[in-house]
This record gives sequence, C-alpha cells and structure tokens, in this order.
Amino acid sequence: MPKTKKAVSTGMSVAGQLGLYRTMLRIRLFENCLAGLVEHGEVKTPCHLYVGQEAIAAGVCAALKKSDCVWGNHRSHGHFLAKGGKMRPLMAEIFGKKSGCCGGRGGSMHVICREEGVAGTVPIVAATIPLAVGNALANKLKNTKDVAVAFFGDGATEEGHFQESVNLAALYKLPAVFVCENNMYASHLGVLERRVENNLHEFGNVYRMNSVRTDGNDVVGVYKTTLEAVARARKGKGPSFLEFMTYRWYGHVGHRRDMDVGVKRKAELEDWFRKDPVLLTKNALEKSGVSVSKLDGIEEQVKAEVADALAFARKEPYPETREVSEHVYAGRVK
Amino acid sequence: MRIINYASAICEAHRQLMKSDPRVFIIGQGLWSPWYAGSSLKDLDKQFGKNRVIDTPVCENAVTAAAIGAAISGMRPIVFHPRMDFMLLAMDPIINQAANWSYMFAGKSNAPVVIRSVINRGGEQGAQHSQALQALLAHIPGLKVVMPATPYDAKGLMIAAVKDGNPVMYIDDRWLYEIEGAVPEEMYSVEIGKAAIRRKGKDVTIVAISYMAKLALEAGKALAKNGIDAEVIDLRSVKPWDADMVCSSVKKTGRLVVAEAAWKTCGVSADIAAVVSREAFDRLEAPVERVTLPETPAPASKALEAGYYPSATDIVKAAEKTISRRKNGLQSALR
Repeated sequence: MPKTKKAVSTGMSVAGQLGLYRTMLRIRLFENCLAGLVEHGEVKTPCHLYVGQEAIAAGVCAALKKSDCVWGNHRSHGHFLAKGGKMRPLMAEIFGKKSGCCGGRGGSMHVICREEGVAGTVPIVAATIPLAVGNALANKLKNTKDVAVAFFGDGATEEGHFQESVNLAALYKLPAVFVCENNMYASHLGVLERRVENNLHEFGNVYRMNSVRTDGNDVVGVYKTTLEAVARARKGKGPSFLEFMTYRWYGHVGHRRDMDVGVKRKAELEDWFRKDPVLLTKNALEKSGVSVSKLDGIEEQVKAEVADALAFARKEPYPETREVSEHVYAGRVK
Repeated sequence: MRIINYASAICEAHRQLMKSDPRVFIIGQGLWSPWYAGSSLKDLDKQFGKNRVIDTPVCENAVTAAAIGAAISGMRPIVFHPRMDFMLLAMDPIINQAANWSYMFAGKSNAPVVIRSVINRGGEQGAQHSQALQALLAHIPGLKVVMPATPYDAKGLMIAAVKDGNPVMYIDDRWLYEIEGAVPEEMYSVEIGKAAIRRKGKDVTIVAISYMAKLALEAGKALAKNGIDAEVIDLRSVKPWDADMVCSSVKKTGRLVVAEAAWKTCGVSADIAAVVSREAFDRLEAPVERVTLPETPAPASKALEAGYYPSATDIVKAAEKTISRRKNGLQSALR
C-alpha cells in the first residue's frame, strides 16, 4: 500500500482553499444523496460514485481555465461539478429527464457541459484519453494555448488506448495533462491482481514526460501539482502524467461497498476514512482561523443546492418517447 | 472537361480542402510515403507541412481517436488507414465514440471527422490486407459510409464528407486508382446518399458498389449483345443508400442483381435485397441475385485469388439467371 500523507499542503490562500472545500463538498453531498436514491430504487441508471476522490477533481479543475477542456469516464459526476457544471442538469440527466445535460440520452455515465469545458465523459474506461489528445492536437494546431485534461482510473492504463495516447502526446509535445486517479481498483479487482507492481507513475518516464505520483487526497497538493503541469503544457513543454493516489469509498457501482460481492476491503476502507479529503481540508481551514460557523454556512448552502437539484429533477418531464431517434446525426453545421 | 485518374482526384480534393479550410488536416500511417497511399496524397506534406499532414506511429486506435477528439474540438480531420484491415484496431473510437457522440450528448457536440480506408485487395496479399468491411460500418447508426467508383465521385464525395458534420467513412479501392475520368477543376460536392445511374435499361437492374460498378458496366455491354437491356446503378453511398433510386429502377425492370465484392452474409447486398423485396414486392419477376465474394477469408496465391474475386462474367450470369427465372410456373417474358 503506498504511503499517503495525512496533512493538507500549505501555501494557498484561505479564500482559495475555501473554494476547493466548497467544490469537494458539492461532490460529496451530491453523491451521498445519489447513493440514497440508488438504494431506494428511484435512480436506475448505473451510478459510479466518486466519494473519497473529491480532492482530485477539485484540485485539478481549480488549476484550469474555462476554455481548458476535461474528458472523463464512467465516474465523472465529480469532474462535471468541479469544472463548473451545475447540479440541476446533472441530476436531471441521472433521472433521465428532458432537461438533463444530455436530454436523457446519456444517464450517469455520459455527461457534458461544453460551456464550462466538460467535453464529454464515457464509460469505455480509457476511451477519452486519446480524444483528449486530439483536443490537445487541435489546441496546438489552432495555437490557442488551452490545455486538454484526461481523467481516468488505474484500470484504464491497462487498455491500449492509454499507451498509444501518451506516446503520441509526448512525441508531438501536445498540451495535455493525463490525470490518473489511482483508487487501486478496477471494478472488483485490486491493482496487484492486475499488474506485477503498482508503479503506474513510471509510464510517464518511459515517454520522457513530466511524471508525478502524489497524494490524491491532499487537495492543495493536487492543485499545485496540476498548476505546474498546466503551465508546462501552455508553454509548449509537452504533456504530463499525474498519478494521484486515492480510494473510492463506495463500490465500483451503486451505493454498496462491494464487500457484499466478496471484495475484502474493510481494513482498507477504515484506513482511508481517516484520510477523508473533505474532512482534512475542513480541519486545515479551521486551523487557519476560519470560523466553524462560516464552514457550517458553506455546508448549508451546498445542502440547499443538492435539495434544489433533486426537487428540480423530480418534477421535470421525461423526454417524449417519440424523440428516441433524434440526434443520431448532427444537424446543419458550418 | 479535364481527365484525371481516381488517385489524383482524391489528392486534389485533399489539396483544395486544406487550402480553403484551415481546420482540415490529414493524419494516419504512410502519409509521407508512396508505399501506402499511391499518388492519392502525393506531395501534400511538402505543400502544407508535416504539422498538417501527419504521418504517425503505428497506433491506429489513438490516431483515429485523436482525430475524433480534434473534430469534436472544432477541427475537420481526415484520417487515413492505408489498409482497411488495420482500421480494425480503431473500432472503439469509430463505433463507440464517433458514431454515438452526437446522440449521447443530444446533439450538443458532434464529431465531423472523415475516416478514409483503402481496400487493398489482390496481389497475393492474403487475409489481412484485402478485406472489404463496409457492412460492418454501415450497420452502425451515426456513421455514414461512402464508396466512390469514379474519379468524379472520389473528389466530390471526399469534399462532401469533410463538409458533412458527421463521422463519414470514406472507402476507396486500390484497383480504382488508375481509372480515368472527367473531373472539374473547381471544388464541388457529390451528395452523400445519392446513387447514380450509369447505364439506362429496362430488363434488369444491376446495383453495384465501388469497383464492382466498373465491372457492372462491362457486364451491361455484354448483356446488350445478348439482347438484355440492363440498368446499371453505382450506389456510391452505402450508408445511407439510395433506396428511392434502386426501388424505382426495380419497379421498372422487375429484376435485381446486387454486385458487391464483399461477403454475402449480412452484407450491404443483403440489406438492399431486403428493402427491395418489401418496397417492390409486387413488381419483382424473379428473386434478387447477389454477386459477392465466397464466404472465406482472402487467399494469397494467385491461383486461389482467381476463384475469389467476382468478375463481369459473374454479373452477366446472375443477370441472365433473373431473366430465365420462371415465376408462377411460367417463363416470364422479356418486356
């Protein structure tokens, strides 16, 4: 098991840290709400929950501009919210409603928010890695200085997409940041059941790119690491491979912990509960002198946002069944 | 009008597209070498630079996906797969990503990419350098598939594909590269989904795809000598395919032969037969005949190849079979 620091990095303004805290809390409370909806059968679309990993989405996205695009996977509610997506269209999409971000065609696993730079998320686990490379290639050809970010898990590095993509990005010095969220599981299999060593960070070295392994539960550390990678990319110094060590609290899919399906991770889970990225940040903020009432106030606001999104999603109409064949092909384009 | 060959027409389409639209770039294997593309991409790297004409490492999957990602990000890429067989390594980006992209996101994003692949059969190349897999692609909602058979269409369909806004699979055949024809010098589009009547006739309709369109015309001439007046349709697009033109022709002739140098089972020819049997049921005088490859992989030895690829004679025989077919126990007369 890799060693993980229990502290939060320092050297960031309190206002900045409060922003990260709010983002993490938005993900945490949104998804805990969702877990309940899944458990009670109100939500049917397969939901792959991100709880436990919030510091990565929050820290990475805080280092990006709106015009930088992120590409995600099946576990991307956190990426969507952290990049600026609103809860209402996300919740409505998960409910299969017409006002969902994909009009009910995507469900939990396919979400998009182009105006905030969420380019798309899909459940073929490594599939958006080369799409992000293409985004970076477009940025380079257009000379926009924007950066493309691919979020993926440790399992995705086992697909050929990944190896081919990092080679291309390194070879062409593309403005891409590969964010590997190593939560040490691909579905039900632990990382050491899938590879000889848990050494993913070494991939970056093979392709001679900036390659970092660091604590994924330290949100300020994630932010700073990403900021450096993004700055390199903007300067034309090529891509980075960032491996953030973390752990997902829920099981692969749904509201359970996967111990019900034979995954032995009780001790691990308890260990990682103690490294709760949201709580670590909250404690650090208190230590910096932020009042409890201020932190409670943020929590109340986020709770209200979740409640609003839920009420919205429940009352919105479903798409008309007759719309099923719309959007197979793009409309008129320039 | 100016006469140029098929490969030059493809090349000219690329050149004019790149000149007129800075979003267009070409990416794939073999772009800087005549080994793979023949003269169909000749000197484009010299004219537009290696940043816009990108000869890549051997990674069909990531290259295809990167082009799709660039398309989603506002570019107009053309991917090149010098052997269609190699493109099989890129089925996730093509089928899961590009084809589904518009639908999954309710039209909020789209993937305007052209993915060109070459059927490179013959020459004793065997099973993995010879396949014609258009049916696999035509099966997928969200993709369009074009297969030009003339220099005019080779240019016009490439331009239409780049301007389309959807993922378009552009499939050409190395056997067509030297074929010459009239090609306008200016830019023009050939509408995707529209077939072309290459020979008017009244006795039997022959629908042919890609190189088979050339053989179908030869068959048409041979049939005429035997007093059979064949109508030859070059399908040009296999997804969507021009059911209106094909069905109205069959309603006139009452007979149909589909010629496709690909496998029969679940082939494009099967789809055409199914649609025609429904739309022209009352007018059919004979069962639909299909001229296809045998249901085997491509062999290498020329002795085996000789029995593999269908010829104009095979089309003639199929057409004659539809004419001689008895319907309801009666010899159906030539009209």
